Amino acid sequence: MAATPTLPPLIKESGQREVFCGLTSIVWLHRRMPDAFFLVVGSRTCAHLIQSAAGVMIFAEPRFGTAILGERDLAGLADANDELDRVVGDLLGRRPEIRTLFLVGSCPSEVIKLDLAKAAERLSQRMVGRVRVVNYSGSGIETTFTQGEDAALTALVPMLPASDAPQLLLVGTLADGVEERFLTLFERLGIGPVRSLPPRQSTELPPVGPGTRLLLAQPFLSDTVRALERRGARRIASPYPLGVEGSLAWMAAAAAAFDIDPIQLALVMDPLVERGRRALEPLRRQLEGKRLFLLPDSQLEIPLARFLHRECGMELVEVGTPYLDRQLMTEELALLPPGTQLSEGQDVERQLERVRASRPDLVVCGLGLANPLEAEGIATKWSIELVFSPIHGCDQAADLAELFARPLHRRELLQWN
Amino acid sequence: MELTLWTYEGPPHVGAMRIAASMEGVHYVLHAPQGDTYADLLFTMIERRGRRPPVTYTTFQARDLGGDTAELVKRSIQQAVDRFQPEALLVGESCTAELIQDQPGSLAAGMGLGVPVVSLELPAYSKKENWGAAETLYQLCRGLLKEQVPLPGRPKPDPTRWRAEGRRPRVNLLGPSLLGFRCRDDVKELRGLLGDHGIEVNVVAPLGAAPADLLRLPAADVNLCLYPEVAGPLCSWLERSFGTPVLRAVPIGIGATTEFLRDLHALLDLEAPASLEADQRSRLPWYSRSVDSTYLTGKRVFIFADATHAIAAARIASRELGFKVVGLGTYSRELAREVRAAAQELGLEALISDDYLAVEKAMGEAAPELVLGTQMERHSAKRLGLPCAVISAPLHVQDVPARYAPQMGWEGANVIFDTWVHPLMMGLEEHLIGMFKEDFEFVEGHRSHLAEGAPARSAPTPEPALATATLAPLDGGAKAAPVWSTDGEAALGKIPFFVRGKVRKNTETFARDQGLAAITEEVLYDAKAHYSR
Ligand code: SF4
Ligand code: SF4
Repeated sequence: MAATPTLPPLIKESGQREVFCGLTSIVWLHRRMPDAFFLVVGSRTCAHLIQSAAGVMIFAEPRFGTAILGERDLAGLADANDELDRVVGDLLGRRPEIRTLFLVGSCPSEVIKLDLAKAAERLSQRMVGRVRVVNYSGSGIETTFTQGEDAALTALVPMLPASDAPQLLLVGTLADGVEERFLTLFERLGIGPVRSLPPRQSTELPPVGPGTRLLLAQPFLSDTVRALERRGARRIASPYPLGVEGSLAWMAAAAAAFDIDPIQLALVMDPLVERGRRALEPLRRQLEGKRLFLLPDSQLEIPLARFLHRECGMELVEVGTPYLDRQLMTEELALLPPGTQLSEGQDVERQLERVRASRPDLVVCGLGLANPLEAEGIATKWSIELVFSPIHGCDQAADLAELFARPLHRRELLQWN
Repeated sequence: MELTLWTYEGPPHVGAMRIAASMEGVHYVLHAPQGDTYADLLFTMIERRGRRPPVTYTTFQARDLGGDTAELVKRSIQQAVDRFQPEALLVGESCTAELIQDQPGSLAAGMGLGVPVVSLELPAYSKKENWGAAETLYQLCRGLLKEQVPLPGRPKPDPTRWRAEGRRPRVNLLGPSLLGFRCRDDVKELRGLLGDHGIEVNVVAPLGAAPADLLRLPAADVNLCLYPEVAGPLCSWLERSFGTPVLRAVPIGIGATTEFLRDLHALLDLEAPASLEADQRSRLPWYSRSVDSTYLTGKRVFIFADATHAIAAARIASRELGFKVVGLGTYSRELAREVRAAAQELGLEALISDDYLAVEKAMGEAAPELVLGTQMERHSAKRLGLPCAVISAPLHVQDVPARYAPQMGWEGANVIFDTWVHPLMMGLEEHLIGMFKEDFEFVEGHRSHLAEGAPARSAPTPEPALATATLAPLDGGAKAAPVWSTDGEAALGKIPFFVRGKVRKNTETFARDQGLAAITEEVLYDAKAHYSR
């Protein structure tokens, strides 16, 4: 573990958290894999959470739903397994295009110890050749927000075919356009084959084995990495591909792992880096010197703080993260300026006191806190947008910075007299 | 176990949050895991509230479950009381906490907090949001008022006692809450309306009320049960315990507002209001009689909403706008009986369901020209290419407009006329388009800007892939769809585009019912004759 001696002691808090649970990641996972359905086994609360997080995306029949437990299920009057079989049967009858069914555990299903792993196995056997049934838990007692994706991908790992062949495996959901761009760049560099987890079709699972090198597109995939490593894959340590610097370091780490000539790397990346920096220039002027407070939410906080400080000149007041995986963050932590105050976990009332006391220029936070902070005169940026928008890569660096510049710019625009 | 894709109502503790967040000086400690904090965004985003709902969540985690979650509950309660110093404390649990049975209510009761504590038991696995809101409002008022309840046998207060007491009559406005439909504006409208008739507002609750205000509830001469979903149980209890009569008429629409005023005046022994008031104060009656509105006659409308707004909408649509109600339903099971009765009056069978796909199916089958519904129906209507106006919760951010837009009272009727007629083509415009449609300048795809939401093409376009694949097996899939012959298509092409979709649909249904394989020009006219009967 690389030491980070320049950082002050971590603030660790375990009070009230104001973070979504892992079920939320279904909102982007289902879009990534159009042939998969996510069936939460939970309560009306779970259904309402996903619906509220999905917000205006209510269109057509969604590829996620909730099997809501009723009193009969809890009283044991109805055999939960029979009920689940019935619901799954109805669902798949209506949705013949579904190839993978994720049975997603929730707090209620965990607390009553409903064995969804076994149910998945049973259902998979019954529908062999037609639908694969996979189980993971997105419950709020075990996972926060983006950790749901970690749990989903971890559940897929045992199903990946084995292969010793050398390959690069990108891990973590990327926007389709961004992924395509990366694939083009890897091809130009001469790295291949390149595959992705999650894949775009749930049936086209990438192989894994000792020849596999992992490149993480997202920082919240601790368990997935460990599971892939157990299958022989090796992680390429790198900062995350946010901002020009992070994206370049990320490509460079991959190039080094595949013994690509540095000249080739420079040939491919230099024009992008140059263009990316130029695009960032005007945004840097807007963000420079502005003070930033990140509340723990998406787990992207540390790489974002690194980008916004180093490339946009923002000052970091506090960088919150739901949990700190030092191993996956080593390279990022090393790039944070000395003295950066990190905090792990949350005690929302006390953290808001620190926000008010420090009067930052911008707070990155969840949807529940944004308007109340704005009403107190503090500009905010919703973190949920960061997991729905294409923000990765040199080409998106300016767009990413713009997400943070916009609320500040808007405040300058509005005049009332 | 019940499969749910989108839900009309959240869990019951969200209803409790609506009461707490609507009020001042109330705090709610909710034993719940971290993910349940999502509910804050309903208030801060949809209602654009500038402050967080007054809710403290325990956010227990798996690792707490082995240990002492009861300690965590007590700590959260103490911290919330110290920090927020509420005048009344609500304590309850969400679905997951209900399973671990820490009894947060009794824990709080034993803590000697020095504030009234109301313990909420809201069964998360059988009840829903509106029930939770109603139960919370009732429990809170009951808890605060229990010392004031007169002994049984005491005579009931006379609603006309105001006269003897030398004051104006006064009423309570019960039920308006956050995340309800246009409650803020309804309260303002009713304050004005009642004020004009010399009636004072005693307490509005829960919206804007503090616990101290609730203590004054028994001082009213009449309770107005404005939103029965939320205020029904409270009004009944106040009537039983304090003898306060309840007026259950909901003043949405001209007829209902007239009736509401008449009944209220009768209860209070006031002289009946002038019968011309509606015509003088609202434009709906005249606008609806004006010639332009002739074109609204018989427009087919499909209504699905909470019970309050569904019943009101059915009455306005059928009696005050001359629409034909072709479907009526609600997701409010608690008030299913009332909606069934309203449907029966219109010769319909009410659809009582919280399955939006069943509602969408019924909507499609009813072939309406206008949908009045919730945000769910707005989306369904969009898929089916039908114009829609939102009339009830569940809401989206655009249903909380900046402007004054009540549903109740005279101004409410004006707002309703505009918002319902807006998605339809106006009469004069429709007439002109009909007159000039043969002209070569006439662009087929031209739609009134008023018909926003309606598709540019005349036939409702089925949602690609997904919906077609999923909906097909539902209707049996056995009967093959009849095929349009060339002359049939040609005849259909001569029908004005704005009714062509309906004609196409009716003709296909007719052909299917008759077992015809091909739709010729003759079949089209047979169908036309069949439907015009
Ligand atoms: S925190 Fe638990 S109960 Fe709440 S929505 Fe998430 S999984 Fe469901
Ligand atoms: S946009 Fe078209 S429909 Fe609307 S007023 Fe102009 S001409 Fe008429």
